[in-house]
Amino acid sequence: MATSQRPVQLFRNMSAKIAAIPMVLTALVIFVGCTIWTIVHSFTKSKLLPSTKWVGFDQYERLFSQNRWLISIENIAIYGICSLIFSLVIGFLLAAMLDQKIRFEDTFRTIFLYPFALSFIVTGLVWQWVLNPEFGIQSIVRGLGWESFVFDPLYDADLVIYGVLIAGLWQGTGLIMCLMLAGLRGIDEDIWKAARVDGIPTWKTYLLIVIPMMRPVFITTLVIIAAGIVKVYDLVVAQTNGGPGIASEVPAKYVYDYMFQNQNLGQGFAASTVMLVTVLIILIPWAYLEFGGKKQHG
Amino acid sequence: MAEALEDGPRGPKPKRTFSRRNIILYGTLIVIALYYLLPLYVMVVTSLKGMPEIRLGNVFAPPLEVTFQPWVKAWAEACTGLNCDGLSRGFWNSVRILIPSVVISIVIASINSYALANWKFKGSEIFFTILIFGAFIPYQVMIYPIVIILRELGLYTKLGGLVMVHTIFGMPILTLLFRNYFTSVPEELFKAARVDGAGFWGIYFRIMLPMSLPIFVVAIILQVTGIWNDFLFGVIYTKPDNYPMTVQLNNIVNSVQGIKEYNVNMAATILTGLVPLVIYFVSGKLFVRGIAAGAVKG
Repeated sequence: MATSQRPVQLFRNMSAKIAAIPMVLTALVIFVGCTIWTIVHSFTKSKLLPSTKWVGFDQYERLFSQNRWLISIENIAIYGICSLIFSLVIGFLLAAMLDQKIRFEDTFRTIFLYPFALSFIVTGLVWQWVLNPEFGIQSIVRGLGWESFVFDPLYDADLVIYGVLIAGLWQGTGLIMCLMLAGLRGIDEDIWKAARVDGIPTWKTYLLIVIPMMRPVFITTLVIIAAGIVKVYDLVVAQTNGGPGIASEVPAKYVYDYMFQNQNLGQGFAASTVMLVTVLIILIPWAYLEFGGKKQHG
Repeated sequence: MAEALEDGPRGPKPKRTFSRRNIILYGTLIVIALYYLLPLYVMVVTSLKGMPEIRLGNVFAPPLEVTFQPWVKAWAEACTGLNCDGLSRGFWNSVRILIPSVVISIVIASINSYALANWKFKGSEIFFTILIFGAFIPYQVMIYPIVIILRELGLYTKLGGLVMVHTIFGMPILTLLFRNYFTSVPEELFKAARVDGAGFWGIYFRIMLPMSLPIFVVAIILQVTGIWNDFLFGVIYTKPDNYPMTVQLNNIVNSVQGIKEYNVNMAATILTGLVPLVIYFVSGKLFVRGIAAGAVKG
């Protein structure tokens, strides 16, 4: 390198800085700026238009006194917990089965994963049809002679969220299976050999050796599922539109309806802030575990 | 299922094809595969029946008399509100949204990632971290401030606005994808090019771009399916005339007025799911790589 003069700091690497402008804008204006804007305005009296009149926690108090919001939270909690457990269990079992050196592995994988390519709208509408009590599963079982058989989750306020869950699992478990399969393939062949030499039964090897070794995969998968659950919106809109009544409402739908239809922005802001806080509660421990140790290396 | 896993999974392929283990394993896999295929089958079968036949039978019965009338009607005649030109309108809207969104988001994200990977500047890592964490913020927190920004820019309810939104929210995953790829390109290559006098853009277009075509394909698959399946942004940032296909599909199927034509609804649902499905079946392993790329590293 010649002894040319050092250029001014700001203009060094100029092209790269220009290329990074969209990212900088997105990070600062959208992700940081818009988020803060919404949080701040959730403490205001915004109604039809955003206002700056400070009202403290009024919006939150009103939010948590709304039956619809409480049902939304309950639904997302049920959906979330069931979805987490079933996705992980089904995803792992499918992956373990595909990992048995079977024939047609690609065919099976293609079949399990194809729903993931479909949108939630398509998923919701298909399952709305399959679960239709007049023509779907209920009518078939009745046709077989069991006249009193009842299976209409989408029309039963107590069961509707499980109807949504069936559709959600159908759409999403393929992805979890793929992640788990990648994790299983990452485990050293020697571990299996050693376990077999020691005469440990396969299920025990999975339970006591393989699964603990796959901890990072499980944690990442858990975060992906959890972050997706909070956003559940399209599926409910398509499958039940929140019905019957308000039995299958979810927080994301509450936010949309209050912001864009009921013209009550403050409620929408408060509800979305609660959603954000929920995500942070999930995300922060994970980020701490995942990146906390590496920070020192910069 | 536990029995299916009992034998050594990593061992050599068993000699007998019809061992007890194999029957249980393949039996389970086939049953599950049928469950996953069932909704697709129901969709296709329903869309090929006439309404009288649907009212008589159940959703699983194959059509006695195959008719393509529902498909024609779904594509060209189904009504949403005042428009009765079918899903074709939504299809072309989606195409008009898709092409610029995919191109612009990938161009911006790839150049940005190249700057992040090879031309680090002070603070670049901080913005990248914000960007990745931003991917976990529920969209609901940011949607309203973005409405204000777009309105100020004169882009609200315009195609350009929606393209911008897709570019913004596609950025975290795409940047992660490209950055990881560019980082894996040998540094000697980059240094040699610099010695030969190539600058920021020269290296990007002559070395990075030709070397990273596979990752561009992955990014395209990811974006096409993601943007095609989007519902939330479409419904918020466009007006009824420009609604993408998913939104229009939901309006057709879940409209309250008129008699429900289940066959037309299912034909419309298939039509909407067709684009991502074709991409999925054609791209095969690349699709899996696309969805796993962000997930595993994330």
